[in-house]
This record gives sequence, structure tokens and C-alpha cells, in this order.
Amino acid sequence: MSMVQIFFYVMSFITIASALLVATGKNLVRSVFLFFITLFGLAGLYVLALADFVAITQVVIYVGGILVLILFAFMLSGKETLGALQQQQKQFISANKIASFFLAALFFVVLVNMLLKVNADKLPWVLHSPTINNVIKPTANMTENIGVNLMTQYLLPFEALSILLMMALIGAAHLSRKEPQP
Amino acid sequence: MISLTDFLLVSAALFCTGLYMVVSKNNAIQILIGIELMLNAAILNLVAFSKYDRFNNGGQLFALFGIVLAAATTAVTLAIILNVYRRYKTIDPNKVDKLRD
Repeated sequence: MSMVQIFFYVMSFITIASALLVATGKNLVRSVFLFFITLFGLAGLYVLALADFVAITQVVIYVGGILVLILFAFMLSGKETLGALQQQQKQFISANKIASFFLAALFFVVLVNMLLKVNADKLPWVLHSPTINNVIKPTANMTENIGVNLMTQYLLPFEALSILLMMALIGAAHLSRKEPQP
Repeated sequence: MISLTDFLLVSAALFCTGLYMVVSKNNAIQILIGIELMLNAAILNLVAFSKYDRFNNGGQLFALFGIVLAAATTAVTLAIILNVYRRYKTIDPNKVDKLRD
């Protein structure tokens, strides 16, 4: 077993375990902070998939932006929500939880079954790509290539995304402003 | 090396955890975290397959687009959640069932 595989198993264990803790946790603030660990573990998995630029973007945008935003909204939404929520969760396991657990578990079984049937490592285009030297090597520096592709081949989605981002920011600012009291 | 199936299995587990959170939680913020988990599972798949696409980088670029889209959705969703809290004094989606008060 090589070093990379050991790292992969450690990272995926951290990611999945903290995701499960987020899903089952009683304390809301703690589950938000555990989500930090899930996102860092995912960034590590991206590095192991040889996508270092995506990993850095994940750390900057998800951990730096989205989580701080979630925490911020969480602190703004007041004490009553927290109290009511923790009261509800002190009850015994409800039928709702069991049903949703079965839904998720059965969906997982279906997904795993399908993945083992597809056998992604033997797909035709995956097998074909090493023959035309189309595989990312562990020593490759991909950031330059990503930049060139972003500005040439994927320029239209990039521009559409920038306009969408601007619309979303204006919409968010409009939604969260204080309404004048009549 | 790490096989693609390993990445796909990890991403399937993350997706199902997110699905469980979305269906079972009573708090809009926890549902939002579940949606983020599902989005991250999808992005992990894109990144894993992108290893076999060195010239075009399709997977990595769409992973970047997905991350930015997730940021935009989160901003709008949190604004909506804050508005709902201001109007109903709760963020339990089961209790938000009136079109106007």
C-alpha cells in the first residue's frame, strides 16, 4: 500500500466521519464547526485527485466565505430558534428520522450497486486517455492550463457565471435590507 | 494509485449524508448544510474524473463554477432565511406554511 493510498483513506475517513457527525449532532453550533472539518477533508481529497487549484478555491470560498456566512446568519437568527430546536431534539427518535434514514440508506445501496456495476476505471474514454498522453501527472503544474482554458474555451460560462453572481449578490442585499415600517 | 471507484464511493456516502440531512432536519440552516454536502459530493466526482482530461480541464473548471454557484446560492438562501425569521420568528420549514400573515 503506497503513501498516497494511506493518505486517501485517512482523508476520506475524516471527511465521512465528520459529515456523519454533522448529520447526527445535537448541538447546532458544533455541527456548523464540524462542517469546517468536512470541507478541509474534501480539499485534501481534491489535492489527492491532482486538482490543487480547486482545493485552494475550496478552502478560500467554502471555508472562508460560505461557512462564515452561515455562522453569521446563525448568530443573527436569535436565541429562540436555538432553544426551540434543542427542545425538539431531546425527544426520542421520531418516525420522521427513521423514515429519512431508510431513504438515505437505501439510496446509498442503490448508488454503490450502480458504481460497482459501472466500474469507472474501465470506461472506454478513461482507458483511452493514457494512450494520447491526456492524464494529469502528479508533478504537473495545472494552474496555467486552467487559466488559459478559462479565458478561451470556457469564456461563455465564465461570463454567464459572473453576471449570475452579480445578480445573486444584488438580490441578497435587496432581500436582507430592513423594510421601512409603515 | 487511487482508483476512480474509491472517489465515487466516498462521494456517494457524502451525498447520502446530505440527503438524510435535507429530509430529516427541522432547521433551515441544517437543511442548507445538507444541500452543501450534496453539492460537494457532486464536485468531488467532477474533480476525480478530471484527472483523465489534461488538455481541456473540463472537470476542474466545472468544479470551480460549481463552487462559485454554491456561494451565490448560499448568500441568497441566507437572506431568505433571515427574512423568514423576521416574519415568522422561526426557521422551521414545517411551520412556515402561510403565504401572507
